[in-house]
Amino acid sequence: MTLQQTDTAAGPRPAARRRLSFRTREKIAGYLFVLPDALGLLVFVGLPMLLALGLGFFEVDGFGGYRFAGLANYRRMWADPLFWQSLGATLLYAAMLVPSLYVSGLGLALLVERTNAWNGVLRAIFFLPQMVSLVVVALIWKMLTVEKIGAISRALSPLGLGGISFLGNPDWAMFAVVFVSVWFLMGFYMLIFLGGLQDIPKEYYEAARIDGAGPLSSFWFITLPLLRPTSFFVLLVSLVTAVAGGAAFDLIYVMTKGGPANSTSLLIFYAYQQAFQYNSFGYAGAIASILVAVLLLVTLVMFLLTRGGRFQYE
Amino acid sequence: MSERVPKYRYTAGQVTIVRAIWVLIGAVLALMTLFPLLWMVSISFKTQAEMFDMGLVPANPTLDNFRYVFTQVDFVRYLLNTFFVAATVTLVALLFHSMAGYALARLRFPGREAIFLTMFSTFLVSLPVIIVPLFILVRSLGMLNSFSGLIIPSIFNAFGIFLLRQFYLSVPRELEEAALIDGAGHFRIYWSVILPISRPILSALAILFFLANWNAFLWPLTVTRDPELRLVQVAIAGFQGQYTAAWNYIMAASTVVALPMLVLFLIFQRQIMDSLKTSGLK
Repeated sequence: MTLQQTDTAAGPRPAARRRLSFRTREKIAGYLFVLPDALGLLVFVGLPMLLALGLGFFEVDGFGGYRFAGLANYRRMWADPLFWQSLGATLLYAAMLVPSLYVSGLGLALLVERTNAWNGVLRAIFFLPQMVSLVVVALIWKMLTVEKIGAISRALSPLGLGGISFLGNPDWAMFAVVFVSVWFLMGFYMLIFLGGLQDIPKEYYEAARIDGAGPLSSFWFITLPLLRPTSFFVLLVSLVTAVAGGAAFDLIYVMTKGGPANSTSLLIFYAYQQAFQYNSFGYAGAIASILVAVLLLVTLVMFLLTRGGRFQYE
Repeated sequence: MSERVPKYRYTAGQVTIVRAIWVLIGAVLALMTLFPLLWMVSISFKTQAEMFDMGLVPANPTLDNFRYVFTQVDFVRYLLNTFFVAATVTLVALLFHSMAGYALARLRFPGREAIFLTMFSTFLVSLPVIIVPLFILVRSLGMLNSFSGLIIPSIFNAFGIFLLRQFYLSVPRELEEAALIDGAGHFRIYWSVILPISRPILSALAILFFLANWNAFLWPLTVTRDPELRLVQVAIAGFQGQYTAAWNYIMAASTVVALPMLVLFLIFQRQIMDSLKTSGLK
């Protein structure tokens, strides 16, 4: 429909066209071209984000009726041990996931950095999990870790670890979720790091080698410093993924449902449960508003540090 | 900082050993990465009795699991629903994002930078964070339990606009100028000059968008209850509860769902990886 609108605006209508200057036509075209996406983002992303900040101050009933509730939801949150446990789980998940993704992404990128056929195959294999949906990923790992008879449980039984129920034991479940998250996500971060590594001029390594630098010191004094913009991007994106990402939600919904003993109940999952299981939309909104505040803060910091999304290294 | 380290010179033998170790590490990691996927395919061909045997190759391969999935469950409908939703979202998103990306890169109009930055600032907003208000919004628009509810909110994301804008910034201006001199309007230029040259990036994005929507779970789970509108990911997540220990059925269904994307990857591997590689930084 938008297609036709713009078509008539810019179509062969010489009379109208002569009346409008070139600059004016360019302006009109610009606004019309941006309109569908701007409107869509406003309604389906911007508005929900603003609502998420305010929803916590309301009580919402099942039929869409609202009642202003002041700080009631936030007071409830303050006194809710499950909220604090979920916050702790979220922080633990982020604290384990972010460094793991950084190390595995960079490690894999360094492993397959050189362009040749073998490395091409490896890159594709490491990236392959990204093609599979998280629901399927979660189901596969659940199947592999079925107590005593799952393939991984059997493979580990000579080490005396066969009897562990990785997803059923509160001490293990979070590690299992982090492990699966890394398995799924590492290929993406490998690619980002490969992009970053490619941008480092080869002459630097050449010069360092002539000066007598070994592989470790050229990694430390050339690769790491010149990867700073990439590292920054990776840390930022993986942090957001860990705190608010859909990947963790899908995995937890299918693998653990937040259990056992709420050990994997991340805030995003807890908020979802409150809204769609217990119909506490207002309370879920209060929890989500905390996450939105964190995200806004992170975005702001990113903007300040990158001067408006320019990740280019100077 | 000891800068004066002794010069490194490797003998041919050392180089071979290092290379061999490198290849070995790569091979082991690759096998560990592949193993879960191979296991999924393997179990989907196994009978219930030998389901948890350790052999990767089934002793008595069977197609019964697939037969079960396609006959006992309305799986074809779920697949068609998902295809329809993913394809529609992809097409509309490509059109909208390339229009917006082109305008934001090339057309001069007041407020352009502000609009771009505002759009870009939604880059980090993720679905789980806004799902409750989005659900309430979509409910009040009367789009619950409908294809429009599944499709429309999934179209808009800043990532696609951002990538396309970056691409259009790098397109030489001469192409448009020639068309402008010929008296073409902006829409004509977009349609017959800009779109054709963006084919490579559009096809890479098409794959990414389709993939994301084929694999989407949270939004379809939230916005639909109607079994007629069920999408595959929601369906297989539901199997789990229904057939608790029937991993052979669950893995057969998972294989059917995962296979198209794995094939897509084998064909378009390079485009997919190249377009993502540049996504973060430039």
